[in-house]
Amino acid sequence: MIRTLVAALLFATAAVAVEPSERLADPALEARAREVSKALRCVVCQNETIDESHAEIAKDMRLLVRERIKAGESNDQVISYMVSRYGDFVLLMPRFQSTTVLLWLAPLLLLGTGALFVMRRLKRAGPAAPGLSEDERKELAKLTGGGRP
Amino acid sequence: MSRKHLIFLAPLAIVLVLVVIFWKRLMDVSGGYDPRVIPSVLLNTPLPEMALEGLPGRTGGPARNGLSTENLKGKVSLVNIWGSWCGTCVIEHPMLTEIAKSGVIDIEGIAWRDTPDASMAWLKRYGDIYNRIGQDPRSHVAISLGVTAAPESFLVDKNGVIRYKVSGAITREIWEQELKPLIAQLSQ
Repeated sequence: MIRTLVAALLFATAAVAVEPSERLADPALEARAREVSKALRCVVCQNETIDESHAEIAKDMRLLVRERIKAGESNDQVISYMVSRYGDFVLLMPRFQSTTVLLWLAPLLLLGTGALFVMRRLKRAGPAAPGLSEDERKELAKLTGGGRP
Repeated sequence: MSRKHLIFLAPLAIVLVLVVIFWKRLMDVSGGYDPRVIPSVLLNTPLPEMALEGLPGRTGGPARNGLSTENLKGKVSLVNIWGSWCGTCVIEHPMLTEIAKSGVIDIEGIAWRDTPDASMAWLKRYGDIYNRIGQDPRSHVAISLGVTAAPESFLVDKNGVIRYKVSGAITREIWEQELKPLIAQLSQ
């Protein structure tokens, strides 16, 4: 009971800054506006989306997004407009382009390099050592005083 | 140490490289570099189209009221985005006053996210040094300029192309070392 309550309270604080007065009448358009807003970074509170941020400019950007969607622009067109004004930084997920190739591929490259090293070490270690022969076992028992260590 | 053991130095080498990179960045920041400032992608692009309403009650006639891209053609101008709510704008204002008085360049103002009453009261209190003023209450122009905070200023050449952007207050340093030489160059 307590756990459900705590969980409910935690989820209740999900950050949304969109006010009722901002919402578009058409729910499909509003849903698109929310989608676009979640992809755009608030340029003031730079770790938040404009959907979450309470900054004034975030609100204006949300309204501008809705205006452009209402005017018939596609999600991509609205996002492109913002990028044309603020640069790539306004996108929360960097696009895959010449300047971000290293950013995107670095984890794969690091993983690949690590895997290569592991494989080479395994190969060099060679086949597992053969078990001891009967004579060698007796020798071992003599040296270690018979009992198991 | 045999050669194959040298590979164990690799993590240390990577860490050292990172230390150098981070140290350099730290020095940059202590030298005044602000990593939160988003570099302008609008340099050398035309000033976005605007047709802003002026402040009602501002004296000087229609030549001073309202700001559109047309107004800016044919001369080098400094477009300053400010607001009555903006503290740094108060700090910047003496420098702007000096610039306006020097006659080197006209300062065009965009009253960002403000009401006419608040803007007029602020100008009355601190001095109206602007040539033209346009209102941008819903940030349409500010967003089209990639503005993130006030004050920000744009140096616009005779053809309406953005040549320089100042994020934050225009200091004497910025005026003397960056803007003034550029204005002289663009005015030829």
